[in-house]
Amino acid sequence: MPDATGLELLAGGLRDKLPDAVLGTLHFRGKGTLLIDPRHIRATLQHLREQEGWTFLASVHGVDYYPEEPRLGVHYELLSMARQDRLTVKIRVHTEAPTVESVTPDWPTADHQEREVYDMFGVVFEGHPDLRRILMPEDYQGHPQRRDFPIGGEPVLFTHDESSNPGWTR
Amino acid sequence: MDAMSDITTTGADPAAGKSAYRRMEDSVDLSELQHPVGDLDTELLTLNMGPHHPATHGVLRLLVQLDGEIVRDIKPIIGYVHTGIEKTAEDKSYWKVIPVVERMDYLSYFFNAYAYCGAVETLLDLEVPKRAQYLRVIHMELNRIMSHLVWLGTSALDVGAMSMFWYCFREREQILDLFEQSTGQRMHTRYFQVGGVMEDIPDGWIENVRKFTAKMPERVGQYRALLNKNEILLQRLRGVCTLDEETLFGLGVTGPLLRAAGNPWDLRKAMPYSSYEDFDFQVPVGTEGDNYDRYVVRVQEMLESVKIIDQALDNLPEGPTITGDRKIALPPRHELATSMEALIHHFKLVTEGFRVPPGEVYFPCEAPRGELACFVRSDGSSKPARVHMRDPSFVNLQATAPMCKDAYIADLIATLAMLDPVLGGIDR
Amino acid sequence: MDVIRQKLPSGQPGQTDFRSQQLRARDMLRGDLEGPELEEYVQSRIITTTLDKAVAWARGNAMFPATFGLACCAIEMMSIVAARVDVARFGFEAFRASPRQADLLILSGRVSIKMAPVVRRIYDQMLEPKWAIAMGACSSSMGVFNNYAIVPADKFMPVDVHVPGCPPRPEALMHGILKLRQQIQLDPALGWRARYGATDTVEVLPDEGEQLLARADELTVMEPGEPKGA
Repeated sequence: MPDATGLELLAGGLRDKLPDAVLGTLHFRGKGTLLIDPRHIRATLQHLREQEGWTFLASVHGVDYYPEEPRLGVHYELLSMARQDRLTVKIRVHTEAPTVESVTPDWPTADHQEREVYDMFGVVFEGHPDLRRILMPEDYQGHPQRRDFPIGGEPVLFTHDESSNPGWTR
Repeated sequence: MDAMSDITTTGADPAAGKSAYRRMEDSVDLSELQHPVGDLDTELLTLNMGPHHPATHGVLRLLVQLDGEIVRDIKPIIGYVHTGIEKTAEDKSYWKVIPVVERMDYLSYFFNAYAYCGAVETLLDLEVPKRAQYLRVIHMELNRIMSHLVWLGTSALDVGAMSMFWYCFREREQILDLFEQSTGQRMHTRYFQVGGVMEDIPDGWIENVRKFTAKMPERVGQYRALLNKNEILLQRLRGVCTLDEETLFGLGVTGPLLRAAGNPWDLRKAMPYSSYEDFDFQVPVGTEGDNYDRYVVRVQEMLESVKIIDQALDNLPEGPTITGDRKIALPPRHELATSMEALIHHFKLVTEGFRVPPGEVYFPCEAPRGELACFVRSDGSSKPARVHMRDPSFVNLQATAPMCKDAYIADLIATLAMLDPVLGGIDR
Repeated sequence: MDVIRQKLPSGQPGQTDFRSQQLRARDMLRGDLEGPELEEYVQSRIITTTLDKAVAWARGNAMFPATFGLACCAIEMMSIVAARVDVARFGFEAFRASPRQADLLILSGRVSIKMAPVVRRIYDQMLEPKWAIAMGACSSSMGVFNNYAIVPADKFMPVDVHVPGCPPRPEALMHGILKLRQQIQLDPALGWRARYGATDTVEVLPDEGEQLLARADELTVMEPGEPKGA
């Protein structure tokens, strides 16, 4: 893990290259996180790969920070096999303007993972070759893993309501 | 024909890595059959395989574009066993998430539980006792062997070697007996808890594990004797669907698939967790990246796991099996009768659950299929705010299309078998 | 003595009410039923011929399950084919890949909303007589997961035996299969419509959905996401 000073040096190098990309850094439990402006995510990842050696994109996943704004977050987990090091790159977008540039052209591994973030959270990845729902049916409405989406499910059947509710288990 | 006589002898050419039959096939140039515009004679056929299909290892749907019998493109369609586990996990307290999350990748349930428990322990900044770490390693390695046995049984079944299924499942039953003895359940055991393991192992368990590990190398030798030099297996797997390491790296593939292509990345060695640095084992790495290397790497991994289990049993330390922090782990039952604090802790843990300080953590481990990681975001309450599993099969599935390009349908089936996708992990 | 002749309500034998069944039984014992009424009555009560019994025995002993592994329960279903709990002892080892050749659907695993129409289609492709076992908690009820993504099997297809467990032990699944076998060998009602009294059910194709919704007041149509209904 880059320690706290290493993380600051990394952020400094990034700021030199892309002036307003880095919105913040966080070092928690031995691991570094960079908070990046969503407009510069593709350039940031390219810089981190070419200049700093973070060559492996392990995971792209979404988080819903409801009720904090901006609500939708996308995390990119980077791994450097040569240095056995991990780094998180975070971006946050609002639900009203959930557009993020897709990193799939540079990192082929992000293909299905960005589709999953789109399916579950509604983040639209511009430039993705095939942005469709991946886990839910194609015509499903809603983005299930947002915090305000109801969890759904069937009511639990007890003896007193099993014949009336839901009725199909007669 | 000369080519026919080549087929009847062992046509494996070690220099090319391909049999004479394969080289004959490769010499045929099919590039003029690329899909031309406006030509009705050469059209690609789109065939739908699945989701209900005997060879797709679960409910995987593949849209295969075929040119005769050659695969030109594959689009996997998933989601047929999507269970909303991550959403369900947000609804339950941290302790109760463990059984829910175990059911994701249903062949490596100890790994799912370990990734999640490790993530929560990192958030809590909690130390796991040494004995619990060793017990976790033993159960995880037994699970790795069991997952590879199921893989081997079903893959050999797909390729045509049907009797392997019964042999592998015979060993699997022995492992499940061991799990039942120590944890009470065959699958989805809920044994790993935040802070350690549920309970200590019973008397006689260590002897039973040793009986198993004593016989396992001989059994693996028998599987190898059946399969390694089998002409049919060689022709179906050798030199088939090779993918180079850079493409796999770019696709995010980890685990035995990446190791078969030559990259020796294994989290147990590179970034050790849970006392893996105490054990002496090797990481099998392939050379060519074809299906045969993927098969050989996994079979060898079973033997390395046996070594790890033996070493762990030899050096199993004494001590507690779960953390002593009563705010996280349940107090032992005998204390409930005498200590008021124990009673209160027990009550709070069972009704509300423990609270985790706010933060986000990404905790990886080396599952049988690759890097399995758990991302947990906590907001300070007793329920997680987001649980996400980075499942290895989900990312590895993206390699299907590049691997099977310009291969036969039969090679597609064999490659799917060697990819070892587990749809529960893919769809979550 | 007054002989009271009562007209029985027409319809399937299994659908008459208890009173008329009692009267028919009394008439049969007294020798008052004759001709086609007598045959109808006898056929509805017991398997008369040895041939029927033999056929039912053969059916029960040689069922072809369809390979339908969905999730974790599928691994335990594979265990029953393995050597310890050997399903071949009972004659069920011929798992057919094609539903047209199968007569038992073991729904092993959780049925997601994307998979439910596929399961239904496969169940429809099976030929009568066919049976279904819902293996595990997820397919019988919602199981461990009570959320937006899963459908319990009872909602869209008739299920004969539910095997609880998560996953059920191979012995438990075997117990469920043997219970089903006993039911097949003893029960004369074979088609699922007769077994469930579902003679008024109608199969709906997706394009007919709009028309059915228009008639929603006379039919019971379940909206997506609505747990209540019949």
